[in-house]
Amino acid sequence: MRTVVVLLVLLVATAMPPAAQAGQLTVFAAASLTEYVRGLEPIFEKAHPGVTVRTNLAASSECRLQIQQGAPADVFLSADSTSLALLTSANLAEKPQLFAKNHLVLIVAKRDRIGIKSPRDLTKRGLKLILPQQASPIGKYTYRVLTNLEALYGGGDYKRRVLANLVSEEQNVKAVVTKVVLGEADAGFCYVSDLTPEVRARVKVIALSPDVNVTATYPIAVTTASRQKALARDFVKLVLSPRGQALLAKHRLIPARKTK
Amino acid sequence: MRGRRFVLMLLCMPALLFLTVPLLGLLAKADVARFGVYVCCEEVTSALSLSLITATASALISLAIGTPLAYLLAYGQFRGKRLVDTLVDLPVVLPPTVAGLALLMALGREGLFGHRLEAMGISLTFTTAAVILAQTFVSCPLFIRQARVGFQSVPPHLILASRTLGASSSRTFWRVTLPLAWHALVAGLIMAWSRAIGEFGATLMFAGNMKGTTQTMPLAIYAQVTGEMQIKGAVVLALTLVAVSFLVMVVTKMLLAHEVKTPDSQAVALV
Repeated sequence: MRTVVVLLVLLVATAMPPAAQAGQLTVFAAASLTEYVRGLEPIFEKAHPGVTVRTNLAASSECRLQIQQGAPADVFLSADSTSLALLTSANLAEKPQLFAKNHLVLIVAKRDRIGIKSPRDLTKRGLKLILPQQASPIGKYTYRVLTNLEALYGGGDYKRRVLANLVSEEQNVKAVVTKVVLGEADAGFCYVSDLTPEVRARVKVIALSPDVNVTATYPIAVTTASRQKALARDFVKLVLSPRGQALLAKHRLIPARKTK
Repeated sequence: MRGRRFVLMLLCMPALLFLTVPLLGLLAKADVARFGVYVCCEEVTSALSLSLITATASALISLAIGTPLAYLLAYGQFRGKRLVDTLVDLPVVLPPTVAGLALLMALGREGLFGHRLEAMGISLTFTTAAVILAQTFVSCPLFIRQARVGFQSVPPHLILASRTLGASSSRTFWRVTLPLAWHALVAGLIMAWSRAIGEFGATLMFAGNMKGTTQTMPLAIYAQVTGEMQIKGAVVLALTLVAVSFLVMVVTKMLLAHEVKTPDSQAVALV
């Protein structure tokens, strides 16, 4: 009988909503912001003793979906304006503010079996190309880059031939990077910010000309359902502050605000 | 006795509710009016047929390679049996993503054995074969467990009788052991099939996600959830998968009931 009571108490205790815990901030962020957000955590926690930052890093479209379904996020850092706009229009997020920008880049496996020197080579037969899932911001940006490349190469069926080499649509940009680093795929697109020193050492990087490249815009907003609005607003303040913006540059992102 | 039965029913309610409420949730959110529209589109039919084909292939492979191992584990006594036993059970407790990563490390292009296969012109990753491999890896142990129990439940005196009457090992297996263990093997097949059709993490890692070749139903549902049709499309896909799985299991159990007296039909009603 006693064991039953103990078990019931435990069950009830674990069912308590975690957001009710004081001193915890839940941050949802795009996968491409992994290193940046990890860098922000200690800074924020030091400025707010007793507060722990919990992060959920996933494709922005996933984060958006989870928030729509009631996930307890306090702040959302998105890799595109669309995901946040969808939340703002549904009154799930406050007015977004731009905090960073990013560009895309083409990465090729170190053991380049096909011989890829430029985006034009992506049409070569037998190439294993992986792209992020179309619904994610990086996916949308990538398809836009491909359209731009097709225009640059004078039309034709460049895009169709490249997509014929597509072997997988990955969940998020980090999965794309991992498979290219592992050499399981020959090429993939990712953000410039994903080129950490470890990644750079293990892949070949092919820059994209500004004519075809896309500028990814990253907005941040506090969620309306947040129970830690004061902390959340502090987090936004940190991200938009000179210190937060300088940290962006450290992680290969482009600050949206001018820093001295 | 009546009062006790009531109490027993009451104690069963949490489990019953817990297992059926999520399904009711799916049904409640289904856009029944436009069901046909969602289901008949090409993505769904290709994902569904791919799921059915790969899960069935995987279950049959499990049957073929799992039966000998189950037999050995049931009747054999040898050094290191416990180790073999644990190794066989391992994929069951491994998180699917770990299983997928392991397959990638072993059989991927840059993998341990993968690069040798690559030299022979065999590339496994991002193929339908990879889907079947990933599914088999996670579901075969479930079949082996069931099959082993089935073999062990065959009364040993019958096997001994068969041998003493002059039947060879092989003949005894096909004419005595297998017919008596048959229902356990089929139960194992159903478990393996169900596990295979629901596999997500390992296939995503090892086989990737590509409509037509590697996008199985779970992956398609996931793509829908984050895609344009969003939840509505995903719910329809999910219900389709539930319905198909339910149908397969019911049909298999019905066929089973006709063939052989299962323990269920022989159970004495104690309640």
